[in-house]
Amino acid sequence: MAQTQYAIRLEHVTKTFGGVAANQDISMQIRRGEILSLLGENGSGKTTLMNMIAGIYYPDEGQIYVNDELADIRSPRDALALGIGMIHQHFKLVDVFTAVENIALGLPKSERFDLRRVRDKARAICEKYQFALDLDQKVYEMSVSQKQTLEIVKVLFRGADILILDEPTAVLTPQETERLFDVMRNMRADGKAVIIITHKLHEVLEISDRVAILRRGCYVGDVVTADATEASLTEMMVGKKVELDIERPEPKDPVRRLAIKDLTVYNAEGLKVLDDVSFDAYGGEILGIAGISGNGQKELLEAIAGLQHPAPGSDIQFFPPEQEDKPMELLGKSPRAINEAGVHLSFVPEDRLGMGLVGSMGMTDNMMLKSYDAGSSPLVDRKAPQELAKEIKEELGVVTPDLNTPVSRLSGGNVQKVLVGRELAASPIVLMTAYAVRGLDINTSYTIYRLLNEQKKKGVAVLYVGEDLDVLLQLCDRILVLCGGRVNGILDGRTATKEEVGLRMTNLVKEDAEQ
Amino acid sequence: MTKATQTVHEPLLRIAKRDGIPFGKKVLIRAVAILLALVVDALFIFFVTGLNPLSVYGVMYQGTFATPVRFSWALRDLATLLCVGIALAPAFKMRFWNIGAEGQVLIGGMATALTMVYLGSSLPAPLLFVAMFAASVVAGALWGFIPAWFKSRWNTNETLFTLMMNYVATSIVACLTNIMRGQASSLGTLNKATKAGWFPVLFGQRYTINIIVVLVLTFAMYAYLKYSKHGYEIAVVGESENTARYAGINVRRVMIRTMIISGAICGLCGFLIVAGKDQTISTTSAGGRGFTAIIVAWLAKFNTFYMALISFLLVFLERGASEIASAYSLNEYAADIITGVILFFILGSEFFINYRVVRRGETHKEGK
Repeated sequence: MAQTQYAIRLEHVTKTFGGVAANQDISMQIRRGEILSLLGENGSGKTTLMNMIAGIYYPDEGQIYVNDELADIRSPRDALALGIGMIHQHFKLVDVFTAVENIALGLPKSERFDLRRVRDKARAICEKYQFALDLDQKVYEMSVSQKQTLEIVKVLFRGADILILDEPTAVLTPQETERLFDVMRNMRADGKAVIIITHKLHEVLEISDRVAILRRGCYVGDVVTADATEASLTEMMVGKKVELDIERPEPKDPVRRLAIKDLTVYNAEGLKVLDDVSFDAYGGEILGIAGISGNGQKELLEAIAGLQHPAPGSDIQFFPPEQEDKPMELLGKSPRAINEAGVHLSFVPEDRLGMGLVGSMGMTDNMMLKSYDAGSSPLVDRKAPQELAKEIKEELGVVTPDLNTPVSRLSGGNVQKVLVGRELAASPIVLMTAYAVRGLDINTSYTIYRLLNEQKKKGVAVLYVGEDLDVLLQLCDRILVLCGGRVNGILDGRTATKEEVGLRMTNLVKEDAEQ
Repeated sequence: MTKATQTVHEPLLRIAKRDGIPFGKKVLIRAVAILLALVVDALFIFFVTGLNPLSVYGVMYQGTFATPVRFSWALRDLATLLCVGIALAPAFKMRFWNIGAEGQVLIGGMATALTMVYLGSSLPAPLLFVAMFAASVVAGALWGFIPAWFKSRWNTNETLFTLMMNYVATSIVACLTNIMRGQASSLGTLNKATKAGWFPVLFGQRYTINIIVVLVLTFAMYAYLKYSKHGYEIAVVGESENTARYAGINVRRVMIRTMIISGAICGLCGFLIVAGKDQTISTTSAGGRGFTAIIVAWLAKFNTFYMALISFLLVFLERGASEIASAYSLNEYAADIITGVILFFILGSEFFINYRVVRRGETHKEGK
């Protein structure tokens, strides 16, 4: 059989959810020996399209050809049989198993269960593509990057030669991303077809050979990466020109708003997740907080918001604008007590629907989440929240059928707009955001950056926990790097380099913070 | 490859989630479900029992509607079931699995009965009612408070805890009846001579007050859940405790408060049963309503007015079944099968209200 040119060919594929077309009449090709970037805003249908190739959804209309043959992919098993493997954003691994055991899991029943053979074959794959993976390590001891590597090895083991990676770099450090890209290049050299979904344009330009672009469920077209620029790709994706520079105004007379000293927090298992963290935050500046996910960022923000129980000896002081010489102790206060003490503390948590919003409620009811208790009446007042919801819907362009539509039904970007809108409407003095743009498209991301800068100009102290180092370096005045729950240096955002921040994220530096 | 073109088959039937459904279609689906249930039941009746299905249905209908008195009995039973459902609504909306309504009702009834026995002759009627009311509410609230407190304190499993509290309540009732009346299984008609603590007869029935109280509760609980700050807190806690803490809601307090309210209304239901309906107490006074009411509350998604409709349906089926059983001297199980089929179809129709079935070749164009 002659090797066909196209690994996958889609013809007029359509998929509808409810009344909404997630994919509309899409025809495209994926070639062997190339890395294809699939680009599009949130809700443009990238993941839906890939899920149809991977057998998770079934197209309503249209055909999928694999190796020039009409294919009927009804389940991930069917997909794997055709050599299609997808690496999802959420890993599907058994924590208490080792890497080899996870690979062996789900092998066809007809095959004899032989862990040694599995290990040998897996080791051969690791060597061929240069994966760094300890096959006998248990999954719960692995870092996110190692788990991802294991997922890739797993699908290669099953014989996949068409690989789909759904936002693989979202959880990786720059160094880990580089390593992943090397592996992807090795796979390309081996003649495999690799599809990567990512929002980060510089990665698209770095890794891919060709870029296919979706906009609102429709296929816009493809370009050879060598001919593309960040600006041209954004224009194709959004449909209009977008300003891609992030503004960074000089902080105007910064005043100290928060003083955090020796903050130590233990988690429910008794592990130290924050270790003697000390820093100050100033009004009128954006303090970036960098670090690999899970190095204490969440606990830090939650401790300030009154949602953690820091260990004795910790100290969180707030300097109110009216009496700057009289700091107020926030430690030991509940979120409500902090609010009632007049501390306008806004917090955009990482888990938007699990913490910041009530998924089953509409915009209106979510607006009053923090303010419903005001006044002495036993009844809730929905008039003001409804006005606010209307305002936010218009100003931020939230797409929702109705103010009472459960927010969990909105797309990720709209959910975040609702949350950020509410938190900004509370006229904060301190604003904390955790991964504010995670999963959001370019347009919404830039809207968020703009809103944060507006707050900064108003004199708000902004704490920005981020994962994209390019953005951190463009947006923040200072960058605090967390590593293993400790402050591993506070750098000047204007002079720091990506390598420096990346290095500090992974290795504790001996000499102490250079303020 | 030799075969260049394979024919590919889309699955014959697929299931897709609906994005909302117009009210008329909802009613239609339910009506079709009931009709289908009646057809299936007719087959069962005709082929298994050899009776005429239509006349069986007629008898079933008569179970509730034959005479005004029967209808008022149905209303009485409806009120009792609905009352427990109303009590459970806030707890379940908070995702607190209160399986203990049975015990909460029973302990409330027991408290009422004790008040009637020991204070019946010494207190004037209005004061006696106040005392009975207070005793039942406090007892029920206590039965709700205990599992809530343990959960908030040590994160115990409320399902098991409330379930076991049922047995405790049953045993207490059994124990007290034994102590007070020897080997009897119930306390017998309380204050038979003086009728102290019996609800007065209104519009010809003693249980009219039950119906009025539950009617008021229906409106009150609807408003409480929908318009009060407490109701909002319950909804937030039920959705996500993390969100509740983020919003500054004291989860422990809301949990305990809500379970006290839930238990108190169950206790009140015990009061209504003893004072307005049975005038006695036994281990079976709650009659399984504590469990049936869970279905009522969930099916209605905690809307008390829908709960009234569902309670009515259940009562109608129950009365119809016993009517069939006695009229045709049928085995009780046969009657249960007939009502069971109807219930099955009605519950099954919920699936078609939330999902739709897509046939092969059918496209989604009509949805737009």
